Amino acid sequence: MSYATSFYLTGAEIGLSLAALALLLVAAWTGTKSARIVTILSVAALVGAAIFSMGLFDRAAGEVAGRAYGDLYRADAFGSFAKILIYLAAAAILVVTPRFFTQRASYRAEYPVLMLFNAVGMGMMVSATDLMTLYIGLEMSSLSSYVLASFLKEDSRSSEAGLKYFVLGALASGIILYGVSLVYGFTGSTNYEGIRAAFDAGFSTGALFGVVFVLAGLAFKVSAVPFHMWTPDVYEGAPTPVTAFFATAPKVAAMAMLLRMAMDPFGGEVDSWRQIVIFAALASIVVGALGAIGQQNLKRLLAYSSINNVGFILIGLAAATPAGVAASLTYLAIYVAMVLGSFTALLMLRDPAGNNLETFTDISGLSTKRPALAWALLALMFSLAGIPPLFGFWGKFVVFQAAVQADLVALAAIGIAASVIGAFYYLKFIKVMFFDEPLREIETESPASHWAVLAICVAIISPLGYLLTLPLGDWTAQAAASFVAAM
Amino acid sequence: MIGIEHYIVVSAMLFVLGVLGIFLNRKNIIVILMAIELILLSVNIQLVAFSAFLGDLVGQVFAMFVLTVAAAEAAIGLAILVIYFRGRGTIAVDDVDRLKG
Repeated sequence: MSYATSFYLTGAEIGLSLAALALLLVAAWTGTKSARIVTILSVAALVGAAIFSMGLFDRAAGEVAGRAYGDLYRADAFGSFAKILIYLAAAAILVVTPRFFTQRASYRAEYPVLMLFNAVGMGMMVSATDLMTLYIGLEMSSLSSYVLASFLKEDSRSSEAGLKYFVLGALASGIILYGVSLVYGFTGSTNYEGIRAAFDAGFSTGALFGVVFVLAGLAFKVSAVPFHMWTPDVYEGAPTPVTAFFATAPKVAAMAMLLRMAMDPFGGEVDSWRQIVIFAALASIVVGALGAIGQQNLKRLLAYSSINNVGFILIGLAAATPAGVAASLTYLAIYVAMVLGSFTALLMLRDPAGNNLETFTDISGLSTKRPALAWALLALMFSLAGIPPLFGFWGKFVVFQAAVQADLVALAAIGIAASVIGAFYYLKFIKVMFFDEPLREIETESPASHWAVLAICVAIISPLGYLLTLPLGDWTAQAAASFVAAM
Repeated sequence: MIGIEHYIVVSAMLFVLGVLGIFLNRKNIIVILMAIELILLSVNIQLVAFSAFLGDLVGQVFAMFVLTVAAAEAAIGLAILVIYFRGRGTIAVDDVDRLKG
């Protein structure tokens, strides 16, 4: 294996790193006035990285050529699928970000640079096939996330969110790391294949402790119950575009990392972790649904909604079959479109002075003032609730189908019942927007960039999205085959 | 004779102390940063001990990475803490309560 091949396989991350370093210099040199051009170049770099990842998608499953740097990193269909989602979501968020900060005159060129470093870390996370690569990628993404959460320096809610995210995120990293050191000690390897081979040869109690610690730490990162307590606070306090980012790209990265971890190195020990995943899935669905009911703040509500959705994605993992992994990936792709659309709509809600609105009182009677926005939100909320014929239904359908095929009928039944509870607060959105009296003045114009992102997201989750079911099914099946084939 | 199990026990004790330091501490956020460092160092002890026990260098390389990341993490944590202190004028844990629900 030559270095040239390794560099080619990691091309997306290398390109993004170089772009981030160059733009960081530009930002340091020219200060705030270059913020706009740095943002545009960052979006271009992210889209370029996504296109490059598409080129790597078609590699055959388990092909040796997909391995870089002595199997520290694997550029397979699974990693490429997750990376395309991550990079495109990050680019879309960068498009809708600047307007939020320019109102407060606090947009700086460092913001897009931090997003790029974050994207590099996330790309490493999803392609890592060695615990060391995984840890470095995870920390690279987390450290820039902490800074992004506290980006509004003058807003004490933002710095509090950053502080809470930092403390709990660092604790989660510590827990993962402790598990990693146990796994290393009891298997003698940090490589996924080596770990798997050692587990197949014999699974000791110490190794089981390692697996549990690693999975608990990863559950923290994807905000699954019982490790979800940071999510509502951080989502509420962080600036809205950053919240949109946390709910999409890092969630995809952490979830993909969890899927690869559970199915590849721990794939031979499904029975020892399945109960944990089932518990986390059910608890996330129920807590996410119940916790959201009383919320007044829309960002906080969407935080509980994301906890709820993580539960559904974990059901696909609990099935522990190729179909289950493919279902989880399908759900993730649809989830990203839904959440991106919801947060873009939220960013478009401003009062005439330009302050962002984020509570239920603010959106009451929205349909009379901004009918197009209200209808878009209606579609997004119905889709999040999983009501057919919107595309959100398909995600839930494939996940439950995978669970039933894996003989987890009870899990699927409870999940479906709990998703009905979740429908309550999504429908509350509709009730408030369409049937309540308008209480607030709302800005009537939004820029074309926001409309474009919203239109793309709504088009994907609309019934038109069902045109995607076949290709999405093929892609996710191919992605799942890249490591489940080894089972 | 000191064997691998002694190292594992010490490391586990430090890890638990670190986690308790985060959750039981009601005074000062700086103490939380110290507790996080304690967790990372307990992991390092364990990695190096396993590395020596297994006769495999990967664990020591990993420990170097952990040290580097720990330094970066402390720097970012302190920076966020400074911003927080500027806005609120306190770093007592009990005062971190503006976000609730």
